[in-house]
Amino acid sequence: MIDARSLTRDFVVSRSQTVHAVRGISLRIEPGELVALLGPNGAGKTTTMRMLTTLIAPTSGTATVAGHDVVRAPGQVRRHIGYVGQGNGAGHTQRVRDELRTQGAIYGLDRRAARRRADDLLDSLDLTDLAGRKVSALSGGQRRRLDVAMGLVHAPPLLFLDEPSTGLDPQNRANLWDHILRMRAEAAMTVVLTTHYLDEADSMAERVVIVDHGEIIADDSAAALKAKLAGDRIVVTAAGDDARPLARLVDRLPGARDVSCDGSRVEAHVADGPAALPELLRAAVEAGVRVGTAQAHQPTLDDVFLTLTGRSLREAEQETPVPQDPQTRKDVP
Amino acid sequence: MTTISATAPSPTPAPQGTRSGPLGLLRDTGIVLTRELRPLLHDPFSVIFGMIQPLVFLGLFGPLLVGSLGGQAGTTLGDGGVWQWFVPAILVMTALFGTSTTGANLLFEFQTGAHERMLVAPLSRPSLLVGRALKEMVPLAGQAVIIVLVMIPFGFRLYPVGALVGLALLAVFGVGLGALSYALAIAVRKQDWMFWVVQQTLIFPLMLLSGMLLPLDTGPGWMRVAAHFNPLAYLVDAERALFAGDLGSTTVLWGWVAALVTAAVGLTVGVRAMARSAD
Repeated sequence: MIDARSLTRDFVVSRSQTVHAVRGISLRIEPGELVALLGPNGAGKTTTMRMLTTLIAPTSGTATVAGHDVVRAPGQVRRHIGYVGQGNGAGHTQRVRDELRTQGAIYGLDRRAARRRADDLLDSLDLTDLAGRKVSALSGGQRRRLDVAMGLVHAPPLLFLDEPSTGLDPQNRANLWDHILRMRAEAAMTVVLTTHYLDEADSMAERVVIVDHGEIIADDSAAALKAKLAGDRIVVTAAGDDARPLARLVDRLPGARDVSCDGSRVEAHVADGPAALPELLRAAVEAGVRVGTAQAHQPTLDDVFLTLTGRSLREAEQETPVPQDPQTRKDVP
Repeated sequence: MTTISATAPSPTPAPQGTRSGPLGLLRDTGIVLTRELRPLLHDPFSVIFGMIQPLVFLGLFGPLLVGSLGGQAGTTLGDGGVWQWFVPAILVMTALFGTSTTGANLLFEFQTGAHERMLVAPLSRPSLLVGRALKEMVPLAGQAVIIVLVMIPFGFRLYPVGALVGLALLAVFGVGLGALSYALAIAVRKQDWMFWVVQQTLIFPLMLLSGMLLPLDTGPGWMRVAAHFNPLAYLVDAERALFAGDLGSTTVLWGWVAALVTAAVGLTVGVRAMARSAD
């Protein structure tokens, strides 16, 4: 569905400064996949998506999207993809139903088909009661659902979502995702999204592509990434001051590595955190070592990012201000 | 909900032959135009509001013209008197203000994201420019009818064929100007206040140097020379000829040349700007 090879994109900020927003991204996505591009702001994920959706031309490299080259046949690519950008696709001065019908007409539906499709989508995205409203009168969550509806009008085989749930409260996010996942299941759609929400990439995507400084630094399922690159962690404290006997017990747990001692606190990576704790406690009782507290941490994608880059995603977010992608309008709600 | 996929078009819609070429451009322009007109339909007040400026000029500037230039009818102003001279100019002015501000609407759609969605859609690029510019011409046609009806009692003579050709000529010019306005909006999109600075700085000299409000014949020589380089001056002259029922004169021909050149330059610049607008 997508075959990108060594895509790069430079932005000339001034005569002396060029930002290399994307520095060579190669990516293959098969039909039916649900892939999240995860990375901090300014990592290059949005720029990558904008190249794949024909909005901007790559500086070098090639990409075939839905069977067509993004540079040589942008019109064909546009016909076969749906796109939900960071802003609102629906014009604020327009009415909800009108915009959906216009969108249908743009994609070649005749008047009757466009009406029917608009009604179907209004129904499936719980927008029927708002059909006559002006887009500017909708709430953020409603407007986002409309944006998704707009992207789905022509039942595209491939849907791009650029930060779909940014700015939505948790309830609206969950609701939006219910809709997206249902539509995807019905239409056997390939979905590619960008996000900087860890939990979103973790829970929704079947494949997570981590992007940092314009390059792909990891690409796998969230579970595999966590197992491979982070692993479960346990943190235990000794009841007394000396943690060394406890550390020796921790060291014997299956898959234990990176055992570190800090005062009475012992931290380590293990193969299976929840299973390791009871085992450790049993061993501690047998050896007469007293344990104060015990916790198992299952890894998050942030731990993966930390392992890969030496910094957490939150730190990376604050690194900005990257003059990055001038079109990335963070000021738009 | 399997009905969704059942009623949906197949992922590779069959009727794509009409998409490219002039027919595709026409179809896409129609879509963009219809979309742009919808808010006007729902909110006719904005059209009425658009009527105010030409009526203010007719009501408050026209009488001054009658007072100061009335005696020159037959010489500077042609045969038809002040109103015959001024009404076509007012229509040009309305078109000028309408189309030169289309970029501002675009800036808004830039900020909300609607423009981006149109760019990702399979619409021919020029249609995005032409459709938006033509949207200004539809209310203008209505305004022209009202202005003409209001002015007939004051001695304005209507030549319907000339007037219709005049509106068509104005539409061609408007497409060019609208496209340039669009290109300006793209160029200044990161400091959007610049749009108005540039638009106002350009529009008033263009307007005054076209002989739209006052005849240039009484002005200094350099102004008349400058007017020779102002496409708008040719357009205004041509509109005056057309509204006087004079369809075949060289003045009209030069008006078409000015309008077509403006349209060609505008569309070229506009389409280029658009290709870079997502950068």
